[in-house]
Amino acid sequence: MSKVQNNKAWWLVLPVFLLVAFSAIIPMMTVVNYSVQDIFDQSSRYFVGADWFRQVLQDPRLHDSLLRQFIYSGCVLLIEIPLGIAIALTMPTKGRWSSLCLIVMTIPLLIPFNVVGTIWQIFGRGDIGLLGWILNDVLGISYNYAANASDAWVTVLVIDVWHWTSLVALLCYSGLRAIPDVYYQAARIDRASNWAVFRHIQLPKMKSVLLIAVMLRFMDSFMIYTEPFVLTGGGPGNSTTFLSQTLTTMALGQFDLGPAAAFSLVYFLIILLVSWVFYTAMTHSEKN
Amino acid sequence: MNKREKVSFKKLIPLWIYLLFLLVPIYWLINMSFKTNTEILGGLTLFPRDFTLANYKVIFTDESWYSGYINSLYYVCLNMVISLSVALPAAYAFSRYRFLGDKHLFFWLLTNRMAPPAVFLLPFFQLYSSIGLFDTHIAVALAHCLFNVPLAVWILEGFMSGVPKEIDETAYIDGYSFPKFFGKIFIPLIGSGIGVTAFFCFMFSWVELLLARTLTSVNAKPIAAVMTRTVSASGIDWGVLAAAGVLTILPGMLVIWFVRNHVVKGFALGRV
Repeated sequence: MSKVQNNKAWWLVLPVFLLVAFSAIIPMMTVVNYSVQDIFDQSSRYFVGADWFRQVLQDPRLHDSLLRQFIYSGCVLLIEIPLGIAIALTMPTKGRWSSLCLIVMTIPLLIPFNVVGTIWQIFGRGDIGLLGWILNDVLGISYNYAANASDAWVTVLVIDVWHWTSLVALLCYSGLRAIPDVYYQAARIDRASNWAVFRHIQLPKMKSVLLIAVMLRFMDSFMIYTEPFVLTGGGPGNSTTFLSQTLTTMALGQFDLGPAAAFSLVYFLIILLVSWVFYTAMTHSEKN
Repeated sequence: MNKREKVSFKKLIPLWIYLLFLLVPIYWLINMSFKTNTEILGGLTLFPRDFTLANYKVIFTDESWYSGYINSLYYVCLNMVISLSVALPAAYAFSRYRFLGDKHLFFWLLTNRMAPPAVFLLPFFQLYSSIGLFDTHIAVALAHCLFNVPLAVWILEGFMSGVPKEIDETAYIDGYSFPKFFGKIFIPLIGSGIGVTAFFCFMFSWVELLLARTLTSVNAKPIAAVMTRTVSASGIDWGVLAAAGVLTILPGMLVIWFVRNHVVKGFALGRV
């Protein structure tokens, strides 16, 4: 659609701009302010330049949780995106079953994050949980998310798959629904295999929604906080301490305002950078 | 016909397994919410043997419990109203006009959806304390606008771009003023878009805990934060915890039921 050049449209955008500026720019400036000062109390504060940044970037805690975070987000994307596509492809398109599927799949998306943690806490415990009981007593695998680091890590990953695969599947499903029937008819006339249909019709048509799914899942898994916090509190050891939790411990637990603020900015910049790459790729693919 | 049905049923088996995977943990939560604590700790039972509503009774009779629900619903609705009312005109501007810095503004809005709430915790706390809004519903609603408003603009813009521009022009020729046109003609046209947007605003505000917990202490405490109360000296009150969990799922399910047909349409526009 051709748009008209009209700078008066700013008046319509102004409320959004003011509202978001109030809750984004002011706090952001506070963070920037903290990140370059050493603050003892209201009256004594010193400008320290980039010291906090240097300190934070050399902090092994940051390196560890950053590495854990990237591995975690990578695993999340590698599991959820193919699984979501597969589910979207098998979902029925018409009738009662399709709305039932939709409703069931939307349920996990609407559960508060900490309740998701609680559900799995109850579900996974060896003494009172169904999963813990099946794994420990029926299958004979020793499983304890509270004591064993790899168990905890896998559990947090499974929770994320449980919680968010539906979002990917729903996005892909709606992308698939947008493909006109004639495409499939043409493919049938050409005797295209299922794989060829997927590769040359369905996948290209899903591209834009898939990029959104990848972007959302990347951003949100990169900010994960509540589920591991409720389930394991970041333990055992530091095995499930991701970036957000390292940051909140630093800011609210130890009250290291300067380093925490510098950490925040680095954290935000990483997400911004990766998202910008996705966003550019997305708008680029829309143009073609 | 019969044969074909069988084939399609077999093809659907992985899907059933997935749906089962989604439902089993929820089933376990519901199951546990109807048990007494002695039964929960006594051993594994697939169905409650002593069926009890005591856990729910605790929640509905104790004010500190049920006020958590009211607080949560209150700030979620407040957030929905604020987000929609500011996002509607903005989305219209983005879908109809080009103006100075529009693309940058749009991307800047989206970056706020990307900001980790953990980054904003402390500054938000100080900001709202200093203007005297700490521990009020409006503070949480405003804080949630940070990620809901950009999302609302994004979704609504998609729906509005689907409405042909000729409708606007015809209305202006017929002598409608902008506010009258917007309220009487345009908003009814994008009704389902508003429904979808409201759904997503509800969803993201309802599930968020970190900001909601930090910005409240007593008066506006959300249910998610109240749930940590079940941990007491005598251990965790599993039954009540499960019941509270079940009750947090219910509002979401109601909302899904109302918008189930619109949501796919909303996704189909490639937004969200």
